[in-house]
Amino acid sequence: MVKIVEKRQLTPITSLYRVDAPLIAGSARAGQFVIVRVREGGERIPLTITDYDRKSGLITIVVQEVGATTRRLGELGVGDDILDMVGPLGEPPEIPSGGHIVGVGGGFGSAALLCLMKELCEKGEKTTVILGAREKSLLILADELAEIVGNLEICTDDGSAGFKGFVTERLQQMIDGGPPGYPDHVISIGPMPMMRAVEKTTSAAGVPCTASLDPLMIDGTGMCGGCRVTVGGEVRFACVDGPFFDSHKVDFDEAVSRSKMYTKEEQQAAECQRAAAGAH
Amino acid sequence: MPVKRAEKTPMPVRDPHLRAHDFEEVNEGYCFAHAMFEAERCLRCQDPVCVDGCPVRVPIADFMHAVAADDIAKAAEILREANPLAAICGRVCPQEAQCEKNCHMTTRFGPVAIGHLERYVSDWEMAQPAKTDVKQPWREEKVAIVGSGPSGLVCAGELARMGYHVTVFEALHAPGGVLRYGIPEFRLPNTILDWEIEQLEHMGVEFINNVIIGKTITMDSLFKERGYSAVFIGTGAGLPKFLGIPGESLNGVYSANEFLTRINLMQAFDFPNSETPLKVGKRVAVIGSGNTAMDAVRSALRLGAEQAMVVYRRTENEMTARIEEYEHAIEEGVEMHWLTNPVEVLGEDGWVTGLKCVKMELGEPDDSGRARPIPIEDSEFIFPVDNVVLSIGTRPNPLLVKATPGLKTHSWGGLLVDERKVETSVHRVYAGGDAVTGAATVILAAGAGKRAAEAIHHDIQADATA
Repeated sequence: MVKIVEKRQLTPITSLYRVDAPLIAGSARAGQFVIVRVREGGERIPLTITDYDRKSGLITIVVQEVGATTRRLGELGVGDDILDMVGPLGEPPEIPSGGHIVGVGGGFGSAALLCLMKELCEKGEKTTVILGAREKSLLILADELAEIVGNLEICTDDGSAGFKGFVTERLQQMIDGGPPGYPDHVISIGPMPMMRAVEKTTSAAGVPCTASLDPLMIDGTGMCGGCRVTVGGEVRFACVDGPFFDSHKVDFDEAVSRSKMYTKEEQQAAECQRAAAGAH
Repeated sequence: MPVKRAEKTPMPVRDPHLRAHDFEEVNEGYCFAHAMFEAERCLRCQDPVCVDGCPVRVPIADFMHAVAADDIAKAAEILREANPLAAICGRVCPQEAQCEKNCHMTTRFGPVAIGHLERYVSDWEMAQPAKTDVKQPWREEKVAIVGSGPSGLVCAGELARMGYHVTVFEALHAPGGVLRYGIPEFRLPNTILDWEIEQLEHMGVEFINNVIIGKTITMDSLFKERGYSAVFIGTGAGLPKFLGIPGESLNGVYSANEFLTRINLMQAFDFPNSETPLKVGKRVAVIGSGNTAMDAVRSALRLGAEQAMVVYRRTENEMTARIEEYEHAIEEGVEMHWLTNPVEVLGEDGWVTGLKCVKMELGEPDDSGRARPIPIEDSEFIFPVDNVVLSIGTRPNPLLVKATPGLKTHSWGGLLVDERKVETSVHRVYAGGDAVTGAATVILAAGAGKRAAEAIHHDIQADATA
């Protein structure tokens, strides 16, 4: 069990937690993730490590309430325990050094970008982050990212903050020579449609792009094969080979289709949970 | 005139029509009379060859005598001394290929039901008042066990008995390895596994879940920072193989590992009370013919499949499943399609709709000594199915090897071990079970765990006196 020592509400459905997990904090690297289970009979779900602190033994995770398990997590507060947490899982991405590295994050993706960009900046890399959301209130961790990276570019669909438009439009401007400069390598983390769009934009311009995939997983150690993705015609397991892959080689159609495998069951579990909550 | 002897006492089983719809145990176990009668069938051979068939060399004759004398406590003691997982092995061992194969009664009257009696004695033991004490280790040295499957559990138990501090690290949230995530409850109820683990806890073994050696903690730090004198790797063979045919990533295709893990570890049969779902359609094809394939296909039936079939490219004779699992599967209504090789999974809108297969015939024996299946020309046909479950074998997981410098493997992933068959290429790191041999049986893993414990004890003592 891991104890929650700090909780911060980022949006009405997104919370940041710092939890006491010294073993994980001691070995975590940027880009890795943990798997958590909230209650007996609960699902195992992967969550990105947003930050870690080896000294205090704390790791930071960000949870967006989208399903039964994340909603249960949302109900937990400071002093509560998370039943099971295992990690760090996955491999950190290999990002070539020396160029202008641009992280593109959609919505919740900034939670995964934070740690990664921090590590790149510490290594002295030139970095920019393009952060997108539907509207200003849905942006998360923008202040934290602004403190770390050289340039933070905000994009909102409705123009309520920063650039009015999609992250890909802002990225295209940079590819076309606009400030803060041509991207030598792009890391995209966010919803599937965004990652696909970023792939198209970078592919057209010949810019290398690394995408972070988050397929369904159970064990996270390569045992179930549920997280398999086709990359460059080969079957790879996101949990042990990923979660970062060459975006231009990912079969996104298949990944999108597989991510929807349990949509109906997820709704059913959520309804069951609401009914149980109503009965109390 | 030859002496007429009674035949093997059949195991009472639940009605196939009822049991095919739930996950409760199929075998009901012997009653007192069955056990007494069966133990009397033992010929008391002067040279009990049955023992030679047992990877952990249970003194079968002695335990038979104790049962026949109705001294079950003594029988339990004899059994447990040799096999710390007796309650499990009595249920899942392929006795027909081991102890019972060697039994002198086998050819004429059928073997003495050694497995059924092992289970009877263990069940008696489980019904006794629970132990409350926890034994304290009396030696100073600590040993770490990586993985809590059969080899790790046995190695832990043996070392605890010798007085060592033993810590078992498990990657999942519950211990047991393949016994937990792989074998379904209708064959091995979780309560049995829990009981076996409790016995180890009473012996002083410490279990730590949710720790992946090589990820959470490195092998090196187990020695240097945590002061372990030796490490045993029992990480099994958990990596599923895929066929590499088109359509394998369609929704509705599972590895047997995923299919069974969702059911056994995550309790998907209780969805939505348990939150892990599993999609089981009306028609399910399981590819393969081992115990795992039988477990998967019978689980599919229990989750509502109307047509559950095994698809295998060879025949019944080459099948690797235990005979009991095969017979139970048939009784429950599983269809067997022999000499049938899948060539493509067909789909529509991302979901499985069919399995394209080709008929096979048997040719000359191949490297494995089994007849090589050869495709028959123009024999392609399609099974309309909603799910395909691949149960074509597993490989050792490379995760720990990748994270541990100096740990050497065969090209297929199995760990290399020394001439004693226990120590790896890294000093004081031992290994056993499927991680060394590739996918095999619970009892072979148990035997390896036992051998490793003896070697660890020997080496630690040699280090201490050096």
